[in-house]
Amino acid sequence: MELILEGIRKAFFLIFTLDAEVLGITLLSLKVSGLATLISMVIGISVGTAVALSRFPGRQLVVSLINTGMSLPPVVVGLFVTIFLWRNGPLGFLEILYTPTAIILAQAVIATPIVTGITLAAIQNLPANLRLQILSLGATRIQTVWMLVKEARLPLLAAVMAGFGGVISEVGASIMVGGNIRGYSRVLTTATVMETSRGNFDIAIALGIILLLLAFFVNAILTQIQQRERPR
Amino acid sequence: MSPGENPAILLKAEGLQVRRGGALVLDIPVLDIFPDQVLALIGPNGAGKSTLLLTLAGLLKPSRGRFSFNGREIGAGRGDVEYRRRIAMVFQEPLLFDATVFDNVAAGLKIRGTGREEIGRVVPRYLELFGIAHLAKRSARKLSGGEAQRTSLARAFVTKPEIIFLDEPFSALDPPTREALIGDLERILRETHTTAVASTHDQTEALRLADRMAVMNGGKIAQIGPVAEVINRPADEFVASFVGVETVLPGRVLSVSDGVFVAAVEGGEIQAVGHVRTGEGVLCCIRPEHVTLSTNVPPPGTSARNVFSGIIRTITPLGLFHRVRVDCGFDLVAYVTRQSLESLFPEEGKSVIASFKATAVHVIPRQT
Repeated sequence: MELILEGIRKAFFLIFTLDAEVLGITLLSLKVSGLATLISMVIGISVGTAVALSRFPGRQLVVSLINTGMSLPPVVVGLFVTIFLWRNGPLGFLEILYTPTAIILAQAVIATPIVTGITLAAIQNLPANLRLQILSLGATRIQTVWMLVKEARLPLLAAVMAGFGGVISEVGASIMVGGNIRGYSRVLTTATVMETSRGNFDIAIALGIILLLLAFFVNAILTQIQQRERPR
Repeated sequence: MSPGENPAILLKAEGLQVRRGGALVLDIPVLDIFPDQVLALIGPNGAGKSTLLLTLAGLLKPSRGRFSFNGREIGAGRGDVEYRRRIAMVFQEPLLFDATVFDNVAAGLKIRGTGREEIGRVVPRYLELFGIAHLAKRSARKLSGGEAQRTSLARAFVTKPEIIFLDEPFSALDPPTREALIGDLERILRETHTTAVASTHDQTEALRLADRMAVMNGGKIAQIGPVAEVINRPADEFVASFVGVETVLPGRVLSVSDGVFVAAVEGGEIQAVGHVRTGEGVLCCIRPEHVTLSTNVPPPGTSARNVFSGIIRTITPLGLFHRVRVDCGFDLVAYVTRQSLESLFPEEGKSVIASFKATAVHVIPRQT
């Protein structure tokens, strides 16, 4: 018990004195997961909207694949990204294995199906005739798609936050493709794993609290969005 | 339309067919929409009313068919943005955007790239017209059903469409809200000289708003023509059963006294009960079961205020009773049992006295 209390006391000390290492790890985490989320947002919202608004043979299969991708295990993603980026792998020439860029890539792979899946559902949940209503107002195809996306902006925001929440708390892929190199590719989750295994509970708890706070804020905003009444 | 008269046709559809999964769901050889007129599409669910509206509005690509708008051929389906910018459509659901009432009404103008200044000038006029000016800044999510549908209508009218398509615009509203909105829409349609095509399954709605009426069944137009003509002379059994065989007489109020008014109709005068003002236009609807036929003049012991002598034009057997059309200057339809018919007036061309009570006349106010 004392171990935990002492850990928490020291954790707050590290957080409030803006300990250089803890701060660096936190900022890198935000940067990596933020960029990964940004990439997944661009791809996910486009693909999700396109699939939601089109009819083509094999669409059902594509939807199933996207939904499966939403629960892609990070370690599996880590494994395949590692293989791809390996010196002899198909993308080995990029020479980005064990760099923050590799983590961004792996996290983008994890977040994209999440954003795509929620976008797909959000656009499909719009009233069936809304698209026709927008067209009848004289909109071009591009204007129509833009107005539909705008109409689904709240669930789309939720999609992005869910993607971010998924990757900021993910550890398997980050450790496999990033290598947890101190001051270079060490993020909140990988650092927590390492410090815990070393018995440095104070730092581990500090990192854990920061992660919890991040998760809390993401979820608080998500809840806020979900609790707003739906437009008619 | 009498022969020789050749009114301009605003929108013409020819050889229109829509197939869904191999089945023919819409089959309309020809349909003309005349400017400044309201055409009501009436028919049961699944008759093809919505499909026809969507096709005419360029929102649904027909399997085949040709359209000409103002004499110019237009592409079928969603490709023709130019055409879509000259029409508007209102659905049964208001389908408002998650924005203020003002921004919703401005949506069509923004799509057309209208300047902010112009929008600020035009939109308030239409908010006023539909009685929602006080709601301008309110979120569209916080409106009642009636307010939301008014917003949707204002959004459609604000772009000054040449044709407005209305797909059962009042079906989702409760009766008092619907009543108020129909009255306003009728006034606005007349004032703005807007051409409209409106689907409905409510005959009264069609009578109040429409100049012409098309009765649809199974993807086909069973009958199309001026409202009174369709109702007074249904072309077939389906039309008769759907519109309810009624006598509908357009007229004008001559005088009102003590709640009873006298209306001049073509070929005669009718007494009826209703809240109307002298000079106002009305439609007098008389159901055939309310019309009594007799051979005596006047029929003894009746409180009927409307008594006409006429000549029997047609007798149509309808199973347990007969449908008798009497010419009393205007056509009046009566239902008569087989027994009465045989004992009283067995043949067409015979003189007869038709009567009905002032309270039996269903009065629908009309501004035209």
